[in-house]
Amino acid sequence: MSVIAPNFKFSEFVKSILDNLFWILLIFTLVGIPAVQIVLFYIEMPVIDGKLLTPFLALTWLADPSRTLPILKAFMNTDLFRIAAFPGFGFAALIAAGTIFVERKMLAKLQLRVGPFYCGKVEGILQLMGDGLKLISKEIIIPAKADKPIFWAAPVIFVATAAAFVALIPVAPGWVVADVDVGLLAVFAIIGFFPIITILSAWSSNSKFPFIGGIRALHQMVSFEIPLILSLLGVVILTGTLNLSEIVESQTNFPWIIFLPIGAIIFFITILAELERIPFDLPEAESEIVAGWLTEFSGMIYGLVQLGTYLKLYAFAALFVVLFLGGWTGPMIWPPFPEEIITDGIVMGPITAKIPGLPVFSQEMLNGVVWFVIKTVGVIFFILLPRGVFPRIRIDMLLSLGWYKLIGLAFVNIFIALGLLYAGVLGPGGIL
Amino acid sequence: MNPELPPGLALQKVDERIMTLNVGPQHPGSGHMRIIVQIDGDFIVACDPDPGYVHRGEEKMAEYRNYITNIPHLERPVIHDSCNVLYPYVLGVEEILGIEVPERAKYIRVIASELNRCIYTMYWLAIYGIFLGHSTMFMWPAGDRELLIDLMEKMTGARVTHAHFVPGGVRNDLPPNFEDVCLRQVNYFEKRIKEYAAIFYDNPILIARTKDTGILSRQDAIRLGTTGSVLRASGVDYDLRKKEPYDVYEELDVHTNVMKEGDSYARSKVPWLDMLESCAIIRQALQKMPKSGSVRVKLKPNPKGKGLDSVYKRVESGRGSLGCYIVSDAKPEPYRVKMSVGSFRNLIALPYLLKGEKLGNMPSVYWSLNYWPVEADR
Repeated sequence: MSVIAPNFKFSEFVKSILDNLFWILLIFTLVGIPAVQIVLFYIEMPVIDGKLLTPFLALTWLADPSRTLPILKAFMNTDLFRIAAFPGFGFAALIAAGTIFVERKMLAKLQLRVGPFYCGKVEGILQLMGDGLKLISKEIIIPAKADKPIFWAAPVIFVATAAAFVALIPVAPGWVVADVDVGLLAVFAIIGFFPIITILSAWSSNSKFPFIGGIRALHQMVSFEIPLILSLLGVVILTGTLNLSEIVESQTNFPWIIFLPIGAIIFFITILAELERIPFDLPEAESEIVAGWLTEFSGMIYGLVQLGTYLKLYAFAALFVVLFLGGWTGPMIWPPFPEEIITDGIVMGPITAKIPGLPVFSQEMLNGVVWFVIKTVGVIFFILLPRGVFPRIRIDMLLSLGWYKLIGLAFVNIFIALGLLYAGVLGPGGIL
Repeated sequence: MNPELPPGLALQKVDERIMTLNVGPQHPGSGHMRIIVQIDGDFIVACDPDPGYVHRGEEKMAEYRNYITNIPHLERPVIHDSCNVLYPYVLGVEEILGIEVPERAKYIRVIASELNRCIYTMYWLAIYGIFLGHSTMFMWPAGDRELLIDLMEKMTGARVTHAHFVPGGVRNDLPPNFEDVCLRQVNYFEKRIKEYAAIFYDNPILIARTKDTGILSRQDAIRLGTTGSVLRASGVDYDLRKKEPYDVYEELDVHTNVMKEGDSYARSKVPWLDMLESCAIIRQALQKMPKSGSVRVKLKPNPKGKGLDSVYKRVESGRGSLGCYIVSDAKPEPYRVKMSVGSFRNLIALPYLLKGEKLGNMPSVYWSLNYWPVEADR
């Protein structure tokens, strides 16, 4: 009999709560209330019908059906929702989780095997949850000679940086966490941050294989950052702006990949290198340096790094969509909202419910999200595909590819963009 | 500092630029051995392979068992290639005991050993693929290997360790209808491994990575005493199936594959070409095999050698020439059994090849030597 997981008994659970009631109340009072007040101080609460929507008022109004939708809409306009749920972390994490599942199943089909199968009834769809639970329940082992504060901090900073990258991506018209005018520059700044985190975590673990992996990652990321930035200059020249939302709006007629295919190809290759995907997975080359800079990570620290990696993958794929494939633009395929629901209300038997505040989302926004997701998933598919086809390349081949070929091609791309601009065909005030 | 420490453990005064890496035995890219590598930046300065982690004393064990009970444990060094590992021992015992093997048994042995060569090479190829980071090349050979394992299961009753060869022939006759099934499976297998060229051997990244790395010249290959695919990849046409034909190989048309480059790419391609050649040999053997007849000579229980006698037999295994030296006296147990394996001969080339190479080339050069750690340690 295992003593690790005794059977759950509700009566004992209640008894343990009652025994510790005093301490629970004390902790709630001392910690909870100040925490709530700090949150309330920083989050702007919406105003509905001239009344400030406090949490108590929101709870009261939620019971009233005619008040529910306006409260939900007001909540969706808060920064908290945008950061945590829709264009921000939750949406990205959902796509990242789907990416992991699709990667496993697709690779399994390619390699004539089954892949995740048993966890969850349908095709092992709950495998990711199982893996997450396993990682959470595992012990976190820290090497004795590691530099502990940095070793702890590096994965957390990694996820935070990846999440900051996600925040800059416009998903639908007006739906972006941080709509900054220097959006593309902010993206470059965030990309420049990743090698620092990598070398910090590799160095702090004070072990040989992570150190070699960290040095390799540093070489790889730094030498591919330059072609990455140069390949995007063509788009900036033609649009005349650095704001990502405006770049998307400039592609309503045609995506930039039609005019700048070389830039798109360079950007795609550099994405693979920045993400350490095969064939550029040298920093994690298993047969040479165990797991590279991830060797000493264990338990949920490793899980955090994986989460950050897949958030980064989503963000890079989304950036490709925004810059070259036209972001949310596309033909209108979402059906229009039936107007009679607003005018006549919904008839449910004898009751006719009139719900003010419909529709929750506009037709343009839903259509934009659908196109954005379709395009992003397509790009992610092509990012995953080389893993089944190519072996790993060597560090000298990688560096010569980055410094000789891609930088030269990036300049060709810039000259094409300049030519199009001077011919007056495209660009600000162009005839197309 | 204790001066009597063995060279691997003694503290050495080295340049500060040089880092010593212990690759293995707990490492995904080493197998059951350790390679002590000294690197300067990305370049390997010195390399010291350190086998011996799976030494099991097979040769000593053989002195305490009689000629028949030695069979199951002597095939343990390479369980994927168990027929070929056992082949020289069985040939030697037959010469010591003076047994003449039936014709049909000889053909069955050839078929079994060629099938086993393919099974071993597929396993080796799978690991070569994953060493280069090519996960599809890990899964495909591991899956297609099942075809031949099923054939061997039909033939011998066991999937991996067959213990099928016995002095005097083979243990059992072929099951009914085996020839047709074997021909069909082997034809499909050949078609399947020809597809590997498109994803692996013609892959531009693979060619760029392994061409002109770890070059073993013709003279060095002969001087260092390498055998098998390593020797043939360096341009030496040396195959024991042709040079010293054993059993019925002289009646079969054996074609050897020789490449002149001597680099990792050639060393990885020659075993694949050998598999195609094995398929051709199996087809010939199935055609020429007598359709019926005895497959085993009845031995006396507990056979004894005639007196002080010694015999050395060798065969071409999946890793090169595999020899077995048996000394017998007038007892049921052999006086001494010594195996000379291709793995260990090929490993000798590793320090020469890795010197001055990049660290990224280490797995591909190491595994292209067709080295099986357990066989080298015996």
